[in-house]
Amino acid sequence: MRARVLIRPKAGILDPQGQAVERALPALGFEGVRNVHVGRLVELDVEDPAQLPAMCEQLLANPLVEDFQIQRPDADGSHQNEGPDDPRG
Amino acid sequence: MSRHAELGLTDAEYERIVALMARAPNEVELAIFSLMWSEHCGYKHSRKLLRTLPTEGPRVVMGPGENAGAVDVGNGLACAFKVESHNHPSAVEPFQGAATGVGGILRDVFAVGARPIAILDSLRFGEPGTSPRSRYLLDRTVAGIGHYGNSIGVATVGGEIYFESAYEQNCLVNAMCLGLIETEKLIRSAAAGVGNVVVLFGARTGRDGIGGASVLASAELGGEGASRRPTVQIGDPFEEAKLLECSLELLDRELLVALQDLGAAGLTSASAEMAAKGEVGLDLDVAKVPLRAAGMEPFEIMISESQERMLCVVAPERVEAVLAVCEKWEVNATAIGVVTGSRRLRVLVGDRVVGDLPVPALVDECPAYDLAPAPPAMSPYAAPPRVLADGAAPQETLLALLGSANLASRRPVFEQYDCLVGSRTARRPEQADAAVLMLDADGGRRPALAVSIDGNGRRVACDPYRGAVEAVLECSANLACVGAEPLGLTNCLNFGNPEKPHIAWQLTRAVAGLGDACRALGVPVVGGNVSLYNEGGGGPIHPTPVVGMVGELPDAARAGRLGFAQAGDTVALIAARGWAPSLTGSELAKLRGAAPEGDLPAADLGELRAVHAAVRQAVRSGALRSAHDVAEGGLAVALAECCVAGGLGAEVTVDPAEATLFGEGPGAFVVSGPRGTFAAFGAAATIVGIVGGDELAIAGALSLPLGELTRVHADGLATLLA
Amino acid sequence: MKFGVIQFPGSCDERDALHAASLVGDAVLLWHRDHDLQGVDAVIVPGGFSYGDYLRAGALARFSPLMGEVERFARHGGLVLGICNGFQVLCEAALLPGALLPNTSLRFVCRQVELDVVNADTKWTGACERGDRLSIPAKHQTGRYWAPDPVLDELEANGQVVLRYATGNGFNGSARDIAGVSNRAGNVVGLMPHPEHAVDPLTGSADGLRLFESAALIAAHPTDFTEPTSPSRLRRPAQASAGTGAGGHR
Repeated sequence: MRARVLIRPKAGILDPQGQAVERALPALGFEGVRNVHVGRLVELDVEDPAQLPAMCEQLLANPLVEDFQIQRPDADGSHQNEGPDDPRG
Repeated sequence: MSRHAELGLTDAEYERIVALMARAPNEVELAIFSLMWSEHCGYKHSRKLLRTLPTEGPRVVMGPGENAGAVDVGNGLACAFKVESHNHPSAVEPFQGAATGVGGILRDVFAVGARPIAILDSLRFGEPGTSPRSRYLLDRTVAGIGHYGNSIGVATVGGEIYFESAYEQNCLVNAMCLGLIETEKLIRSAAAGVGNVVVLFGARTGRDGIGGASVLASAELGGEGASRRPTVQIGDPFEEAKLLECSLELLDRELLVALQDLGAAGLTSASAEMAAKGEVGLDLDVAKVPLRAAGMEPFEIMISESQERMLCVVAPERVEAVLAVCEKWEVNATAIGVVTGSRRLRVLVGDRVVGDLPVPALVDECPAYDLAPAPPAMSPYAAPPRVLADGAAPQETLLALLGSANLASRRPVFEQYDCLVGSRTARRPEQADAAVLMLDADGGRRPALAVSIDGNGRRVACDPYRGAVEAVLECSANLACVGAEPLGLTNCLNFGNPEKPHIAWQLTRAVAGLGDACRALGVPVVGGNVSLYNEGGGGPIHPTPVVGMVGELPDAARAGRLGFAQAGDTVALIAARGWAPSLTGSELAKLRGAAPEGDLPAADLGELRAVHAAVRQAVRSGALRSAHDVAEGGLAVALAECCVAGGLGAEVTVDPAEATLFGEGPGAFVVSGPRGTFAAFGAAATIVGIVGGDELAIAGALSLPLGELTRVHADGLATLLA
Repeated sequence: MKFGVIQFPGSCDERDALHAASLVGDAVLLWHRDHDLQGVDAVIVPGGFSYGDYLRAGALARFSPLMGEVERFARHGGLVLGICNGFQVLCEAALLPGALLPNTSLRFVCRQVELDVVNADTKWTGACERGDRLSIPAKHQTGRYWAPDPVLDELEANGQVVLRYATGNGFNGSARDIAGVSNRAGNVVGLMPHPEHAVDPLTGSADGLRLFESAALIAAHPTDFTEPTSPSRLRRPAQASAGTGAGGHR
């Protein structure tokens, strides 16, 4: 099964990468963009999806400073999310 | 367009290939020829000129022709070093272009068995004040160099950056590396031993840089920069760190017959050159090459420029040991071929031969063209915009120069580089005119190497012969200021299209100047690189021969510094009799909107050699507390730099004429020390003032607070990079 | 006194740390895949880019077989120093509190910085005095120290803030200008600046040598401590009784 993990910087921690991107967009002519945050995506084939939360806690994310969201495809191809959506979204 | 023309071969070259093959080449063979006979790999327009350079000397242990040259640095050790360009890829993708440039030069050094200890880089961009693209290129190339050098753990200890509109469409990224090795362990790249096994180790092979050498390096860059993007190589410094340790362990255990790194044209050039040097043949089975992309064609595998790969030749009974060392370092290794006696390079897919080429045809028989030089009727370079009025007071002039992009502090750049790893760095950037790297202690002393990289393209544009001479003199002067004596030199010749007579003239005159200066100073050329066709719709780059020079000093404890050190010290000007500073080709002339033209001052090389020796000796003896050579911006800028670096003002009296204060030309040094310490210089020394106070005062000309000088110098480039 | 310096794939400053440590004692390189600490008295987790900083700096190195031994060694009071990437590894391994994030400027910076010694009672700062000023180079891109405010308050109260960037010297945005922290017991210390690059006047300052000298002092006098009035003294009994921990021989 192909799963997707989105790793985001925790709310409340300075995200200079997000800020840098937010500053760069208007310079290219894109206006009206706010609240940019930059994280990481990990995609993997797993036999036992129940192990995913533990994988995230132990390795894929640093729970002190990052939130993670696991996305697993349902039979119809849509995604089921486990874990918080972007708290700033 | 014919197939061979698409690949960059002329009709005449194609006919010659057919003659050498005694038949028409197939697709794989044609691709291989197009790369081996590209300008980048074949040096078609420069080979004859390069043969005029002096390459021998008592300290040379490996001259040009190998992966890197090397000089004897005493105690059984040699220093291997070389400079190489990665210009075209950096113009297309600056981060990866610069990063892989660093990766490539590192591999050249450890391919001869030397452990890299330092990196330097020489960069050229368009004007950052007016070109967002040039600011972008500067930002990304510096980030790329830092990323690769820092990650692999080799200190980046020096470099230079110039901004001129001539480089707007064709930036330059030249990377230099030095390494250390026990002299007797230097390994060469000639394949040998019929029946020996060819092993490829390192990263998997993908489609990176397909056609890089032929498509990018030998062609002028038109407007399709974005569409060239897929061919840029991607570097992985972590992979290279493992590759480096693995290679050095293989050599340490004496498991290899020959070693070669894969650079431009990948497996093609590595195998062809190994076979050519060894006068043997190689059979390679591309089906055995570990791939990272699916469905790669044999020719793609042969020309791929995937990074972080090495090729070695191993006796059959040692192959298992080699594979075990690679496994320890988590580096892929595969036997992909054998050495034969056929003097042919054969490419196989399993048992099927898909390419069969005569090795001498690929390397030795590559055409070498004569140039048809002719001086230009008028300068190909436009005058820069004027930013300073002719009548500006010396005070305003000095501030304008100190804050200009070419002269301002490079701290915002060099702080992005780890200059300390390896624990050898005795002089960091901006502490002295050259970087100083310590060797092991020898008795009570700490011998060291010094290294500098220089090459003012704008002055070479004015006067290619004298400008190139100045590049060599500049390096030697910088080394003298830290107390170092030159041992050897490497050079990268960055020029426009050599098929154009005025470019051919620049190249011919510059190489002549390079050669004459090297011979006069007794500094041999141990290796180098050529990058041609650096021109686009906007015209050619300035002719830019970049020189990297390595020297030795007996004790790092006596290494010179450039900043004034102590209030009360006497300031002296050490000048050759022939020192004739002029505004031609100077930074001030540029600020005034002058085009780069006019003759540069003549240089009495014999006298300058003696002056450099005198400065060097004075530094070594501990007589001087500071030494700084007068270069771009002239004497006033040099004095300001000494004040800013030392955090001390000075009161100085010199001829306040403009040419004396701001004129440029080789042969002068600003030094400081206790009164009476300059006797050894004789008439060459003129006492000009005293260190102290919190301003730089040049009698009859200017007086500026140290704080203002420091701020303007610190902010000049920083504001452009923010 | 025997120091062990761990070498991971991608470590850069391990030989520098080895050299620095060898100025005050014996020093050996320890391969990350081994399970044997070779009876060292102190472990140094060096600077560099272990595993290419893949995923997160230090995230993969913390799972090396040898790090399991280091965790055991630390729990028993063994001396552990994490420098730069080593600090990142120790935080990932939860041997130290907090995390290291990208510098606010997002740029790599290599610069000599002044540090204030905040706690001179840890095993790695015993040769210093509180308030000492150390000139040591920092070179990193991911050195912004962060922990939630309540944790930071606790660290300050417990004397776990060991080094701070002197006023005007911080460049990475670290919370409260924290340059180095310790665990509660003071045997595990992590710092972003590189003391191993400040051991020779010929390359700059020699202030960094004091951290290595501090460790050597512990080996020489395992239960000998100084000022009785510092807050960390409250934890002393647990340390003093760990005769087999600090400087313990196997």
